[in-house]
Amino acid sequence: MHDPTDPFDAENFDINLSEISKIEGAASLEIKVRNKKIEYLKFSISEWKRFYTQAIQGKPAVAIPQLVARICGTCSNAHLLCSLKAIENAFSVMPSNQTKQLRKLLYFGLLIRDHGLHLYIFALPDIYGKNSILDFDEKDPTQKQLLEDTFEVKEVGNQLSIIVGGRSVHAPNPTLGGFFKYPLLEDLKNLIPRLIGIRSKILTLIEIFAKAPFEMKPIIQPIFSGLTSDDFSFLTGLIKNSAGKAISENEFQSYLDAVIIPYSHARGFKLNGGLMMVGAMSRLNLSKDALHPKTKSELSNYLEFFPSNNIFHNNLAQAIEILHAIDSSIDIIENLNQINNEKLPKIAPRESTGVGVIEAPRGTLYHKYNIDAQGLIKKAEIIVPTGQNQVLMERGIYEQTDKLLSEGAGREIIIQEAEKLIRAFDPCMSCASHFLKVTWK
Amino acid sequence: MGDKNGKLRIGWFSFTCCEDSTIIFTELLNTRWKNWKNQLEFVHAKVLKKSPDAIPEMDIAFVEGAITGDGQEQKLKNIRQKAKYLVAIGSCAVIGSPSNQRNFFNRSQLEEISPILARFKYKEKVLKLSDVVKVDEVVPGCPMNEQIFLQIMDKYLNTLTR
Repeated sequence: MHDPTDPFDAENFDINLSEISKIEGAASLEIKVRNKKIEYLKFSISEWKRFYTQAIQGKPAVAIPQLVARICGTCSNAHLLCSLKAIENAFSVMPSNQTKQLRKLLYFGLLIRDHGLHLYIFALPDIYGKNSILDFDEKDPTQKQLLEDTFEVKEVGNQLSIIVGGRSVHAPNPTLGGFFKYPLLEDLKNLIPRLIGIRSKILTLIEIFAKAPFEMKPIIQPIFSGLTSDDFSFLTGLIKNSAGKAISENEFQSYLDAVIIPYSHARGFKLNGGLMMVGAMSRLNLSKDALHPKTKSELSNYLEFFPSNNIFHNNLAQAIEILHAIDSSIDIIENLNQINNEKLPKIAPRESTGVGVIEAPRGTLYHKYNIDAQGLIKKAEIIVPTGQNQVLMERGIYEQTDKLLSEGAGREIIIQEAEKLIRAFDPCMSCASHFLKVTWK
Repeated sequence: MGDKNGKLRIGWFSFTCCEDSTIIFTELLNTRWKNWKNQLEFVHAKVLKKSPDAIPEMDIAFVEGAITGDGQEQKLKNIRQKAKYLVAIGSCAVIGSPSNQRNFFNRSQLEEISPILARFKYKEKVLKLSDVVKVDEVVPGCPMNEQIFLQIMDKYLNTLTR
């Protein structure tokens, strides 16, 4: 008789992680191993739903961007920008060039802060065999420097978001067609030396993740998908994938196949019936040539890693995107000669449908609203990146666990490696579970 | 208050919410960690480290989010028992909103979500923290008001040095 709780039994054990650490939100993992074989494996999003798509029904469309920003504290400004885009499309509002530039800066602030959080605080401890970035040894010059870089890099992204948006989380200033309050040009110009100052830190980070000895390549290569543009702006472009398809934003609903995962609070997605992946690695796989010229010229060696199907290269791709965000932000700020207090356009509500698609830090984000003649929301659909990665995430954990078991690995190694792999996807559970209209069979 | 090294033992917990205050907290660390590392011991903070399943004894529990399921209610009661002080962080913890928006749904909206509520055993109503346990301090705001949070943190840190 086997006892699955026996810590010395390497052939029969149960793993039940109710709360995976160092990710955004709550996810759980259950694995049952018997005779060194996986009997079942379930990766589920255990975050409780808050039903945003139902809650916004009947509310004025103009109020929606600030409401749906509350879907996620981490990706808040991505939801805000995506929702603004969708409602502007519905009401034919054309943002000015100044607004477009400021929104890019707001987004780059988010990207630096958010990728910074993931890479330094969540992923870097795995490389150094530490539980936490706060456990880094300050007597070791390299570790001490990385600890200092962690907070310095995040703070520059944080400040860029605060200057442009009024706050780094749930930014109050951006609105339909412009900003309630415009940033001061002087504040942005003063940030340039700090942006330049963190470049070398990101180059170090890129080198660390390029040399990290972690690898997980799914047996069947997923289709990589993302919104691509000539200037790698994250905010505009065509939806493209590695199977060669390219569609406009309005066609997205026929693009993805929703998958019900009975034990998860969120739904997954497939593409062409197969596995899909979105996020930094997908973006670099699809359009690395569109990165900022300075980023490209400095990173030619590391860009050769892409296209890649090693999931851990998502970390490297995120680090590269931080450099692109820094270089692009410096360019935009240097080219700003003045910031005008532009008047906000008058919004004329009408019956319409608005679609917004952007690349959130973790991948493609879709917002769609049906609006009635009074300008109230009739129906909403929101598809988040983590949902699109969920099926591949579970498959990846399964394949990795199966391989580790065949190599004789025990319970602790399997847990450690599974957590590392989940972190490489950089999932965001708060986003993934915000709503859902699901028909259970 | 404090452990044998003179540090305040704190926990940071998230229930149902968008975790915006967790992000604000990690951003506050950017400029304050050099001071706080000598004053704070994070005994449970899932965003910063792998944290024990069992809730440890602590001086202060900072708790964000609203209570949506029975398991969450039990965990919150457990945290309350293990913490000398409990601070509700952010709007969902303090007043329940916006995570409690389903409490105000009309019949058709409720019908739409009822299969999910039943399947995953959601509580009938979403609760704010003070519906379940005694709350010592509140930091309102969506996300939490940074200044109020820092005042409360400073107040407890001052108990260490006196």
